[in-house]
Amino acid sequence: MTDSEPQPRQIYDPVSDTPSSYVREAEGIHPPLDFPEYKSTALRHPKQPLIYLPQNITELTGPALGSLAPVGELDNDLTRQHDGEPIGERTVVSGRVFDTEGKPLRNTLVEIWQANACGRYRHRWDRFEAPLDPNFTGAGRAVTDAEGRYRFVTVKPGPYPWGNHYNAWRPAHIHFSLLGRAFAQRLVTQMYFPGDPLFAYDPIFNSIPGEAARSRLISRFSIEDSQPDWALAYEFDIHLRGPGATPFEEAL
Amino acid sequence: MSFPSTPAQTVGPYFAIGLPWPDGPHAVAPGTVGAITIRGVVYDGAGEPIRDFLLETWQADPDGLFADLYGHGGPSKLAGFRGFARVGHEDGDGSFELLTVKPGPLVMPSGANAAPHIDVSLFARGLLHRCVTRFYFADEGSANAADPVLASVPAERRGTLLAKAAAGGYEIDIHVQGPGETVFFAL
Repeated sequence: MTDSEPQPRQIYDPVSDTPSSYVREAEGIHPPLDFPEYKSTALRHPKQPLIYLPQNITELTGPALGSLAPVGELDNDLTRQHDGEPIGERTVVSGRVFDTEGKPLRNTLVEIWQANACGRYRHRWDRFEAPLDPNFTGAGRAVTDAEGRYRFVTVKPGPYPWGNHYNAWRPAHIHFSLLGRAFAQRLVTQMYFPGDPLFAYDPIFNSIPGEAARSRLISRFSIEDSQPDWALAYEFDIHLRGPGATPFEEAL
Repeated sequence: MSFPSTPAQTVGPYFAIGLPWPDGPHAVAPGTVGAITIRGVVYDGAGEPIRDFLLETWQADPDGLFADLYGHGGPSKLAGFRGFARVGHEDGDGSFELLTVKPGPLVMPSGANAAPHIDVSLFARGLLHRCVTRFYFADEGSANAADPVLASVPAERRGTLLAKAAAGGYEIDIHVQGPGETVFFAL
Protein backbone atom coordinates (compact mmCIF):
# COMPACT_ATOMS: atom_id res chain seq x y z
CA MET A 1 0.00 0.00 0.00
CA THR A 2 1.16 3.51 -0.66
CA ASP A 3 0.34 6.58 1.36
CA SER A 4 -1.86 7.89 -1.40
CA GLU A 5 -4.02 4.80 -1.51
CA PRO A 6 -7.40 5.58 -0.06
CA GLN A 7 -8.70 3.63 2.86
CA PRO A 8 -11.84 1.62 2.21
CA ARG A 9 -15.01 3.46 2.99
CA GLN A 10 -18.43 1.99 3.27
CA ILE A 11 -19.43 -0.32 0.50
CA TYR A 12 -22.14 0.55 -1.96
CA ASP A 13 -25.71 0.69 -0.81
CA PRO A 14 -28.22 -0.68 -3.30
CA VAL A 15 -30.35 2.39 -3.59
CA SER A 16 -28.57 5.45 -2.27
CA ASP A 17 -25.33 4.66 -4.06
CA THR A 18 -26.75 4.43 -7.53
CA PRO A 19 -25.62 7.85 -8.63
CA SER A 20 -27.68 10.26 -10.63
CA SER A 21 -24.83 10.55 -13.10
CA TYR A 22 -21.24 9.52 -13.63
CA VAL A 23 -18.61 12.17 -13.97
CA ARG A 24 -17.84 13.21 -17.53
CA GLU A 25 -14.24 12.29 -18.26
CA ALA A 26 -12.08 15.15 -19.45
CA GLU A 27 -10.25 15.05 -22.76
CA GLY A 28 -6.86 13.46 -22.36
CA ILE A 29 -7.73 10.71 -19.92
CA HIS A 30 -8.29 8.06 -22.54
CA PRO A 31 -6.46 7.62 -25.84
CA PRO A 32 -7.88 9.35 -28.92
CA LEU A 33 -9.70 7.04 -31.30
CA ASP A 34 -7.67 8.41 -34.21
CA PHE A 35 -4.01 7.68 -33.55
CA PRO A 36 -2.06 7.26 -36.81
CA GLU A 37 1.00 5.71 -35.18
CA TYR A 38 -1.22 2.71 -34.38
CA LYS A 39 -2.09 1.81 -37.93
CA SER A 40 -5.18 -0.28 -37.27
CA THR A 41 -6.99 2.83 -36.05
CA ALA A 42 -7.04 4.29 -39.57
CA LEU A 43 -10.23 2.64 -40.80
CA ARG A 44 -11.69 1.87 -37.41
CA HIS A 45 -12.26 5.25 -35.79
CA PRO A 46 -15.38 7.37 -36.22
CA LYS A 47 -14.75 10.62 -38.03
CA GLN A 48 -18.00 12.31 -37.11
CA PRO A 49 -18.07 14.06 -33.74
CA LEU A 50 -19.43 12.06 -30.83
CA ILE A 51 -22.86 13.15 -29.64
CA TYR A 52 -23.36 13.96 -25.99
CA LEU A 53 -25.51 11.33 -24.32
CA PRO A 54 -27.41 12.36 -21.19
CA GLN A 55 -27.07 9.58 -18.67
CA ASN A 56 -30.27 7.83 -17.77
CA ILE A 57 -31.06 4.60 -15.97
CA THR A 58 -29.68 2.47 -18.83
CA GLU A 59 -26.24 4.02 -18.39
CA LEU A 60 -26.40 4.11 -14.58
CA THR A 61 -27.04 0.39 -14.24
CA GLY A 62 -24.98 -2.58 -15.38
CA PRO A 63 -25.14 -6.34 -15.49
CA ALA A 64 -25.15 -8.37 -12.31
CA LEU A 65 -22.90 -11.39 -12.22
CA GLY A 66 -24.68 -14.53 -11.07
CA SER A 67 -25.30 -16.81 -13.98
CA LEU A 68 -23.68 -14.42 -16.40
CA ALA A 69 -20.18 -15.40 -15.42
CA PRO A 70 -19.96 -17.92 -12.65
CA VAL A 71 -16.40 -17.70 -11.42
CA GLY A 72 -14.84 -21.08 -10.71
CA GLU A 73 -12.32 -21.88 -8.02
CA LEU A 74 -9.37 -21.97 -10.42
CA ASP A 75 -10.45 -19.10 -12.64
CA ASN A 76 -8.08 -16.68 -10.93
CA ASP A 77 -5.12 -19.07 -10.97
CA LEU A 78 -3.78 -19.32 -14.51
CA THR A 79 -1.04 -21.70 -13.35
CA ARG A 80 -3.43 -24.44 -12.25
CA GLN A 81 -5.77 -24.77 -15.21
CA HIS A 82 -3.92 -27.72 -16.77
CA ASP A 83 -2.29 -30.95 -15.67
CA GLY A 84 1.12 -29.37 -15.27
CA GLU A 85 2.49 -25.96 -14.35
CA PRO A 86 3.26 -23.44 -17.08
CA ILE A 87 6.85 -22.37 -17.71
CA GLY A 88 7.75 -18.85 -16.71
CA GLU A 89 8.09 -16.48 -13.79
CA ARG A 90 5.27 -17.33 -11.42
CA THR A 91 3.65 -13.99 -10.67
CA VAL A 92 0.94 -12.72 -8.37
CA VAL A 93 -1.05 -9.78 -9.77
CA SER A 94 -3.43 -8.18 -7.34
CA GLY A 95 -5.03 -4.85 -6.72
CA ARG A 96 -8.18 -3.03 -5.94
CA VAL A 97 -10.94 -1.58 -8.06
CA PHE A 98 -12.14 1.85 -6.97
CA ASP A 99 -14.21 4.60 -8.42
CA THR A 100 -12.64 7.99 -8.92
CA GLU A 101 -13.86 9.08 -5.50
CA GLY A 102 -11.85 6.30 -3.90
CA LYS A 103 -14.78 4.11 -3.04
CA PRO A 104 -13.99 0.40 -3.50
CA LEU A 105 -16.13 -1.47 -6.01
CA ARG A 106 -17.03 -4.82 -4.57
CA ASN A 107 -18.54 -7.78 -6.39
CA THR A 108 -17.44 -6.59 -9.82
CA LEU A 109 -16.08 -8.86 -12.52
CA VAL A 110 -12.41 -8.61 -13.53
CA GLU A 111 -11.38 -10.61 -16.60
CA ILE A 112 -7.83 -10.95 -17.89
CA TRP A 113 -6.06 -12.53 -20.85
CA GLN A 114 -2.42 -12.60 -21.80
CA ALA A 115 0.44 -14.18 -23.77
CA ASN A 116 2.54 -16.93 -22.25
CA ALA A 117 6.03 -16.45 -20.84
CA CYS A 118 7.47 -16.51 -24.37
CA GLY A 119 5.12 -13.84 -25.65
CA ARG A 120 2.89 -16.25 -27.56
CA TYR A 121 -0.89 -16.18 -27.34
CA ARG A 122 -2.94 -19.34 -27.52
CA HIS A 123 -4.78 -17.94 -30.51
CA ARG A 124 -4.77 -18.98 -34.14
CA TRP A 125 -3.96 -15.50 -35.31
CA ASP A 126 -0.73 -15.40 -33.36
CA ARG A 127 2.06 -16.52 -35.70
CA PHE A 128 4.98 -15.46 -33.53
CA GLU A 129 7.57 -18.22 -33.76
CA ALA A 130 7.74 -18.83 -30.05
CA PRO A 131 6.54 -21.97 -28.32
CA LEU A 132 3.04 -22.50 -27.05
CA ASP A 133 2.86 -23.86 -23.53
CA PRO A 134 0.53 -26.86 -23.18
CA ASN A 135 -0.01 -25.88 -19.57
CA PHE A 136 -1.05 -22.31 -20.19
CA THR A 137 -4.24 -20.92 -21.69
CA GLY A 138 -3.82 -17.35 -20.52
CA ALA A 139 -7.34 -16.40 -19.41
CA GLY A 140 -8.60 -15.68 -15.93
CA ARG A 141 -11.39 -14.02 -14.06
CA ALA A 142 -12.13 -12.92 -10.54
CA VAL A 143 -14.79 -11.05 -8.63
CA THR A 144 -13.72 -8.28 -6.28
CA ASP A 145 -14.24 -8.74 -2.56
CA ALA A 146 -15.78 -6.33 -0.07
CA GLU A 147 -12.70 -4.10 -0.28
CA GLY A 148 -12.69 -4.12 -4.06
CA ARG A 149 -9.71 -6.47 -4.14
CA TYR A 150 -8.90 -9.01 -6.84
CA ARG A 151 -6.00 -11.42 -7.09
CA PHE A 152 -4.57 -13.54 -9.89
CA VAL A 153 -1.74 -16.04 -9.99
CA THR A 154 -0.15 -16.32 -13.42
CA VAL A 155 3.20 -16.29 -15.20
CA LYS A 156 4.69 -13.04 -16.37
CA PRO A 157 3.85 -12.61 -20.07
CA GLY A 158 6.66 -12.07 -22.53
CA PRO A 159 6.95 -9.15 -24.96
CA TYR A 160 6.12 -10.04 -28.54
CA PRO A 161 6.51 -8.69 -32.06
CA TRP A 162 3.64 -7.31 -34.11
CA GLY A 163 3.21 -5.93 -37.57
CA ASN A 164 2.52 -2.27 -36.92
CA HIS A 165 5.94 -1.09 -38.14
CA TYR A 166 9.46 -2.40 -38.65
CA ASN A 167 10.80 -4.15 -35.52
CA ALA A 168 7.62 -3.42 -33.57
CA TRP A 169 7.35 -5.11 -30.16
CA ARG A 170 4.63 -4.84 -27.58
CA PRO A 171 5.80 -4.33 -24.01
CA ALA A 172 4.80 -7.21 -21.74
CA HIS A 173 1.21 -6.67 -20.69
CA ILE A 174 -1.92 -8.30 -19.31
CA HIS A 175 -5.28 -7.33 -20.79
CA PHE A 176 -7.93 -6.31 -18.24
CA SER A 177 -11.69 -6.07 -18.72
CA LEU A 178 -13.91 -4.52 -16.05
CA LEU A 179 -17.67 -4.40 -15.95
CA GLY A 180 -17.86 -1.99 -13.02
CA ARG A 181 -21.37 -1.55 -11.70
CA ALA A 182 -22.78 0.54 -14.48
CA PHE A 183 -22.69 0.64 -18.26
CA ALA A 184 -21.02 4.03 -17.82
CA GLN A 185 -18.09 2.42 -15.99
CA ARG A 186 -17.20 -0.30 -18.51
CA LEU A 187 -13.46 -0.37 -19.14
CA VAL A 188 -11.04 -2.47 -21.18
CA THR A 189 -7.37 -1.72 -20.64
CA GLN A 190 -3.90 -3.24 -20.36
CA MET A 191 -1.56 -3.55 -17.39
CA TYR A 192 2.17 -3.16 -17.91
CA PHE A 193 5.22 -4.02 -15.82
CA PRO A 194 7.59 -1.42 -14.36
CA GLY A 195 10.76 -0.50 -16.20
CA ASP A 196 9.91 -2.07 -19.53
CA PRO A 197 12.44 -0.84 -22.13
CA LEU A 198 9.77 -1.10 -24.84
CA PHE A 199 7.56 1.66 -23.43
CA ALA A 200 9.24 4.33 -25.55
CA TYR A 201 8.55 2.43 -28.77
CA ASP A 202 4.96 1.26 -28.31
CA PRO A 203 2.25 3.33 -30.02
CA ILE A 204 -0.56 1.65 -28.07
CA PHE A 205 0.95 2.58 -24.71
CA ASN A 206 1.90 6.02 -26.00
CA SER A 207 -1.57 6.69 -27.39
CA ILE A 208 -2.47 7.74 -23.85
CA PRO A 209 -1.76 11.44 -23.63
CA GLY A 210 0.62 12.39 -20.85
CA GLU A 211 3.16 10.51 -18.79
CA ALA A 212 1.10 10.69 -15.62
CA ALA A 213 -1.84 8.99 -17.29
CA ARG A 214 0.40 6.36 -18.87
CA SER A 215 1.97 5.63 -15.52
CA ARG A 216 -1.43 4.59 -14.20
CA LEU A 217 -1.24 1.50 -16.38
CA ILE A 218 2.13 0.40 -14.97
CA SER A 219 1.87 -2.04 -12.10
CA ARG A 220 3.99 -1.65 -8.99
CA PHE A 221 6.42 -4.32 -7.90
CA SER A 222 5.60 -5.36 -4.35
CA ILE A 223 8.16 -7.10 -2.20
CA GLU A 224 5.57 -7.18 0.57
CA ASP A 225 3.21 -9.31 -1.50
CA SER A 226 5.96 -11.43 -3.01
CA GLN A 227 6.00 -14.83 -1.45
CA PRO A 228 9.29 -16.37 -0.29
CA ASP A 229 10.49 -19.28 -2.39
CA TRP A 230 7.37 -19.04 -4.55
CA ALA A 231 6.44 -15.91 -6.55
CA LEU A 232 7.07 -12.23 -7.16
CA ALA A 233 4.11 -9.88 -6.90
CA TYR A 234 2.81 -6.81 -8.69
CA GLU A 235 0.02 -4.47 -7.66
CA PHE A 236 -2.35 -2.81 -10.08
CA ASP A 237 -5.15 -0.59 -8.82
CA ILE A 238 -7.89 0.52 -11.18
CA HIS A 239 -10.12 3.58 -10.92
CA LEU A 240 -13.41 3.56 -12.81
CA ARG A 241 -15.16 6.85 -13.06
CA GLY A 242 -17.33 7.75 -10.13
CA PRO A 243 -20.51 9.71 -9.51
CA GLY A 244 -20.84 13.12 -11.07
CA ALA A 245 -20.61 16.04 -8.69
CA THR A 246 -24.04 17.47 -9.29
CA PRO A 247 -27.01 15.15 -9.47
CA PHE A 248 -29.48 15.85 -12.27
CA GLU A 249 -27.36 18.64 -13.63
CA GLU A 250 -27.03 16.76 -16.87
CA ALA A 251 -30.48 15.33 -17.10
CA LEU A 252 -32.54 16.34 -20.07
CA MET B 1 -10.51 13.09 -2.58
CA SER B 2 -10.69 12.25 -6.22
CA PHE B 3 -8.50 10.12 -8.44
CA PRO B 4 -7.99 10.15 -12.19
CA SER B 5 -9.65 7.39 -14.19
CA THR B 6 -7.55 4.49 -15.37
CA PRO B 7 -7.04 4.98 -19.12
CA ALA B 8 -8.48 2.60 -21.70
CA GLN B 9 -6.48 0.49 -24.12
CA THR B 10 -7.51 -1.53 -27.13
CA VAL B 11 -9.03 -4.96 -26.65
CA GLY B 12 -6.52 -6.13 -29.26
CA PRO B 13 -6.71 -9.13 -31.59
CA TYR B 14 -6.63 -11.88 -28.97
CA PHE B 15 -9.58 -11.11 -26.68
CA ALA B 16 -11.26 -14.36 -27.71
CA ILE B 17 -8.92 -16.16 -25.31
CA GLY B 18 -10.75 -14.63 -22.40
CA LEU B 19 -13.90 -12.69 -23.13
CA PRO B 20 -16.56 -14.48 -25.18
CA TRP B 21 -18.87 -16.76 -23.22
CA PRO B 22 -20.67 -19.71 -24.81
CA ASP B 23 -24.08 -18.20 -24.08
CA GLY B 24 -22.86 -14.62 -24.19
CA PRO B 25 -25.14 -13.56 -27.07
CA HIS B 26 -28.24 -14.42 -25.01
CA ALA B 27 -29.67 -11.44 -23.18
CA VAL B 28 -32.68 -13.65 -22.51
CA ALA B 29 -32.98 -17.39 -22.05
CA PRO B 30 -33.64 -19.27 -25.30
CA GLY B 31 -37.36 -20.00 -25.54
CA THR B 32 -38.39 -16.79 -23.79
CA VAL B 33 -41.80 -15.66 -25.00
CA GLY B 34 -41.40 -12.65 -27.24
CA ALA B 35 -37.70 -13.25 -27.85
CA ILE B 36 -36.22 -11.59 -30.92
CA THR B 37 -32.91 -11.72 -32.68
CA ILE B 38 -31.01 -8.59 -33.57
CA ARG B 39 -28.62 -9.10 -36.45
CA GLY B 40 -26.20 -6.88 -38.22
CA VAL B 41 -22.76 -6.43 -39.72
CA VAL B 42 -19.97 -4.20 -38.43
CA TYR B 43 -18.11 -2.34 -41.20
CA ASP B 44 -14.88 -0.36 -41.26
CA GLY B 45 -14.14 2.87 -43.09
CA ALA B 46 -13.36 1.02 -46.32
CA GLY B 47 -16.79 -0.59 -46.24
CA GLU B 48 -15.28 -3.96 -45.39
CA PRO B 49 -16.75 -6.15 -42.66
CA ILE B 50 -14.68 -6.07 -39.47
CA ARG B 51 -13.79 -9.68 -38.78
CA ASP B 52 -12.66 -9.21 -35.19
CA PHE B 53 -14.78 -7.28 -32.72
CA LEU B 54 -16.48 -7.57 -29.37
CA LEU B 55 -19.99 -6.15 -29.07
CA GLU B 56 -21.87 -5.83 -25.78
CA THR B 57 -25.43 -4.72 -25.16
CA TRP B 58 -27.34 -3.64 -22.04
CA GLN B 59 -31.04 -2.97 -21.78
CA ALA B 60 -34.24 -3.05 -19.78
CA ASP B 61 -36.86 -5.76 -20.03
CA PRO B 62 -40.27 -5.09 -21.66
CA ASP B 63 -41.51 -3.59 -18.38
CA GLY B 64 -38.56 -1.23 -18.13
CA LEU B 65 -36.81 -3.24 -15.40
CA PHE B 66 -33.07 -3.89 -15.23
CA ALA B 67 -31.34 -7.10 -14.20
CA ASP B 68 -28.58 -5.16 -12.49
CA LEU B 69 -27.08 -5.83 -9.08
CA TYR B 70 -30.02 -4.18 -7.38
CA GLY B 71 -32.86 -5.18 -9.65
CA HIS B 72 -33.86 -1.60 -10.34
CA GLY B 73 -37.60 -1.35 -10.46
CA GLY B 74 -38.03 -4.91 -9.20
CA PRO B 75 -37.40 -8.39 -10.52
CA SER B 76 -38.14 -9.08 -14.16
CA LYS B 77 -41.13 -11.23 -14.95
CA LEU B 78 -39.01 -12.95 -17.57
CA ALA B 79 -37.23 -15.96 -16.11
CA GLY B 80 -33.57 -15.87 -17.05
CA PHE B 81 -33.61 -12.25 -18.19
CA ARG B 82 -30.07 -10.86 -18.18
CA GLY B 83 -30.37 -7.73 -20.26
CA PHE B 84 -26.69 -8.12 -21.13
CA ALA B 85 -25.29 -9.77 -24.21
CA ARG B 86 -21.71 -10.22 -25.34
CA VAL B 87 -20.81 -11.29 -28.85
CA GLY B 88 -17.14 -11.74 -29.73
CA HIS B 89 -15.74 -12.80 -33.05
CA GLU B 90 -12.05 -13.32 -33.69
CA ASP B 91 -12.28 -14.23 -37.35
CA GLY B 92 -15.85 -13.81 -38.46
CA ASP B 93 -17.61 -12.29 -41.43
CA GLY B 94 -18.41 -9.06 -39.60
CA SER B 95 -21.84 -10.19 -38.52
CA PHE B 96 -23.36 -10.42 -35.07
CA GLU B 97 -26.55 -11.92 -33.73
CA LEU B 98 -28.10 -11.43 -30.30
CA LEU B 99 -31.09 -13.05 -28.68
CA THR B 100 -33.12 -10.60 -26.61
CA VAL B 101 -36.51 -8.98 -26.12
CA LYS B 102 -37.56 -5.51 -27.11
CA PRO B 103 -37.05 -3.28 -24.07
CA GLY B 104 -39.87 -1.20 -22.69
CA PRO B 105 -39.99 2.58 -22.68
CA LEU B 106 -38.27 4.39 -19.80
CA VAL B 107 -38.90 7.64 -18.03
CA MET B 108 -36.03 10.13 -17.87
CA PRO B 109 -35.36 12.23 -14.75
CA SER B 110 -37.04 15.19 -16.41
CA GLY B 111 -40.21 13.15 -16.82
CA ALA B 112 -39.74 12.81 -20.56
CA ASN B 113 -40.25 9.38 -22.04
CA ALA B 114 -37.26 7.61 -23.53
CA ALA B 115 -38.05 5.43 -26.52
CA PRO B 116 -37.14 1.75 -26.23
CA HIS B 117 -33.39 1.44 -26.72
CA ILE B 118 -30.43 -0.85 -26.15
CA ASP B 119 -27.04 0.52 -25.14
CA VAL B 120 -24.13 -0.86 -27.16
CA SER B 121 -20.36 -0.96 -26.59
CA LEU B 122 -18.09 -1.87 -29.48
CA PHE B 123 -14.50 -2.97 -28.91
CA ALA B 124 -11.93 -4.03 -31.51
CA ARG B 125 -8.31 -4.10 -32.47
CA GLY B 126 -7.66 -0.60 -33.75
CA LEU B 127 -10.16 0.91 -31.33
CA LEU B 128 -8.21 2.41 -28.44
CA HIS B 129 -11.37 2.96 -26.41
CA ARG B 130 -14.85 1.57 -26.76
CA CYS B 131 -17.36 3.16 -29.08
CA VAL B 132 -20.81 3.64 -27.53
CA THR B 133 -23.97 3.64 -29.60
CA ARG B 134 -27.62 2.67 -29.18
CA PHE B 135 -30.08 0.48 -30.99
CA TYR B 136 -33.54 2.04 -31.34
CA PHE B 137 -36.41 0.41 -33.20
CA ALA B 138 -37.68 1.83 -36.48
CA ASP B 139 -41.22 0.60 -35.76
CA GLU B 140 -41.50 2.77 -32.62
CA GLY B 141 -42.32 5.85 -34.64
CA SER B 142 -44.19 7.94 -32.09
CA ALA B 143 -41.93 6.99 -29.18
CA ASN B 144 -38.86 7.74 -31.30
CA ALA B 145 -40.31 11.08 -32.33
CA ALA B 146 -40.62 12.08 -28.67
CA ASP B 147 -37.22 10.75 -27.58
CA PRO B 148 -34.90 13.55 -26.41
CA VAL B 149 -31.70 11.70 -27.32
CA LEU B 150 -32.84 10.98 -30.87
CA ALA B 151 -33.93 14.59 -31.11
CA SER B 152 -30.37 15.64 -30.29
CA VAL B 153 -29.01 13.67 -33.26
CA PRO B 154 -28.95 15.46 -36.63
CA ALA B 155 -32.00 14.26 -38.54
CA GLU B 156 -29.97 12.96 -41.47
CA ARG B 157 -27.95 10.65 -39.16
CA ARG B 158 -30.81 9.41 -36.96
CA GLY B 159 -31.48 6.45 -39.22
CA THR B 160 -28.13 4.90 -38.30
CA LEU B 161 -29.57 4.18 -34.84
CA LEU B 162 -32.78 2.52 -36.01
CA ALA B 163 -33.03 -1.27 -36.17
CA LYS B 164 -35.45 -2.34 -38.88
CA ALA B 165 -37.91 -5.20 -38.56
CA ALA B 166 -36.68 -8.39 -40.23
CA ALA B 167 -37.46 -12.07 -40.04
CA GLY B 168 -37.36 -13.14 -36.40
CA GLY B 169 -36.50 -9.71 -35.09
CA TYR B 170 -34.52 -6.72 -36.28
CA GLU B 171 -31.50 -5.81 -38.35
CA ILE B 172 -29.05 -2.99 -37.85
CA ASP B 173 -25.54 -2.54 -39.25
CA ILE B 174 -22.77 -0.56 -37.62
CA HIS B 175 -20.50 1.58 -39.77
CA VAL B 176 -17.56 2.61 -37.65
CA GLN B 177 -16.45 5.13 -40.27
CA GLY B 178 -17.33 6.38 -43.71
CA PRO B 179 -20.61 6.85 -45.59
CA GLY B 180 -23.54 6.21 -43.26
CA GLU B 181 -21.23 6.35 -40.26
CA THR B 182 -23.12 5.22 -37.17
CA VAL B 183 -23.83 7.82 -34.52
CA PHE B 184 -21.57 7.25 -31.52
CA PHE B 185 -22.08 8.90 -28.18
CA ALA B 186 -19.89 10.58 -25.59
CA LEU B 187 -21.05 9.11 -22.34
